[in-house]
Amino acid sequence: MQWVSYLPSLAQGALVTAWITLAAIAIGALLAFVAGIARVEGGRIVSTLALCYTELFRGTSLLVQLFWFYYALPLIGISFEPVATGILVLALHVGAYGSEIVRGALASVSVQQVEAARALNFGRWHTLVHVTLPQALIEMLPAFGNLAIETLKLSSLVSLISIADLTFRAQSIRNLTLDSAGVYTLTLVGYFAMSLVLMMVMRLIERLARRGAAFPRAAHS
Amino acid sequence: MTDNVKPPLIQFAGVTKRFGALTVLDNFNFEVAPGEKVTLIGPSGSGKSTVLRILMTLEPFQEGRLTLAGMDYHEPGAAAPFRASERHLRNIRSHVGMVFQSFNLFPHMSVIRNVAEAPVRVLGLSRDEAQARAVDLLALVGLADKKDHFPSQLSGGQQQRVAIARALAMRPRVLLFDEPTSALDPQLVGEVLAVIRDLAHEHDLTMLLVTHEMRFAREVSDRVCFFDKGQICEQGSPEAIFTAPSHPRTCEFLASVLG
Repeated sequence: MQWVSYLPSLAQGALVTAWITLAAIAIGALLAFVAGIARVEGGRIVSTLALCYTELFRGTSLLVQLFWFYYALPLIGISFEPVATGILVLALHVGAYGSEIVRGALASVSVQQVEAARALNFGRWHTLVHVTLPQALIEMLPAFGNLAIETLKLSSLVSLISIADLTFRAQSIRNLTLDSAGVYTLTLVGYFAMSLVLMMVMRLIERLARRGAAFPRAAHS
Repeated sequence: MTDNVKPPLIQFAGVTKRFGALTVLDNFNFEVAPGEKVTLIGPSGSGKSTVLRILMTLEPFQEGRLTLAGMDYHEPGAAAPFRASERHLRNIRSHVGMVFQSFNLFPHMSVIRNVAEAPVRVLGLSRDEAQARAVDLLALVGLADKKDHFPSQLSGGQQQRVAIARALAMRPRVLLFDEPTSALDPQLVGEVLAVIRDLAHEHDLTMLLVTHEMRFAREVSDRVCFFDKGQICEQGSPEAIFTAPSHPRTCEFLASVLG
């Protein structure tokens, strides 16, 4: 029963993983909305900037981004704490993928809804906030759920910039004990348990959003 | 029609509208007097709906001049496609309302919010005022008891009646109906037409109606315009058009729809 002794250390790592993941999801979601809305509603300059951000962060390796922010950026005098770096890079990653989700969901709201809003003389901002976004939000939720779980799993990469997350702790214990099977099995279980919780939370949010008569099963009339 | 005593409220002068290579309206001329009820009939693709969509500023047009209550749709120096600033377009829209073929209610809002939302957000009414106005209008269309339902819980006919109340809540001078009963099951058409018929008695409201309901067109309109290939091919009083059409295309069309 040697593995019981790993638990306190792994639990501490899991807390760090949870904190980094949740912070990255929260900040990333904000970035996703800003960039996604900028893509759809922004003028040429704003939407091009948003597009550049999205493609830059979707098109490069997350691990290299982490190294770049952690090792390269300080060379030009900008440096953050490791945890802050981890959160920042993961958030930028979530924001880039999330902006595509936001953009796609906004585009999927029928053009007739926008025309109805225009016929009622809604301004662009009101149309976005009161007509298209509320309908798009429902469409976004499943994809955001996937992204949240993806982020949890990707967060293990931050162990490589010396953050003591779940993966980092597992490595340390394994190096001491050489009990690869025990340590990594426990680590997998840890990630799985956390993603299960995330999944359940997302399901709950989706259920709450679809509650009531506004969006019945067979939506889209 | 009160022969040119009042200046026209709506005036199309040589308006040309193209979708790419397709010319939908070709040097189109058309006037509507204040308070007039005009029905546009004709084969599909003849440009009837486009006239309404241009009036609602949902479609730009390329050539000619369009005015509403003396306001020019195009602003000098403004950029394509609409050749008008957003502010100018919103000023025009404040006079016009539209009822769509597919209702286009907001699915995430209750019936009363569908009606009250624009008066609050656009006209700046207080929630209470807007709700009171909405309740009155829902009563007018016979749906006061459905105010807390969601659109998905209503029949098509009920949804369209809510859409009419929603358009009226903005107090437009011109109300456009774009085939308001075409998406409805036959047994639901009557309730919507009854509401529109009541509105047609409103003296001040100018109505433009695109419809395939010929009997109804005959009942409610002051003037019927027959469209063909982006032009008004023949127009006149409902009696004249339906009993003694003179243009061969009109005769052909009426024969086909009246069976």
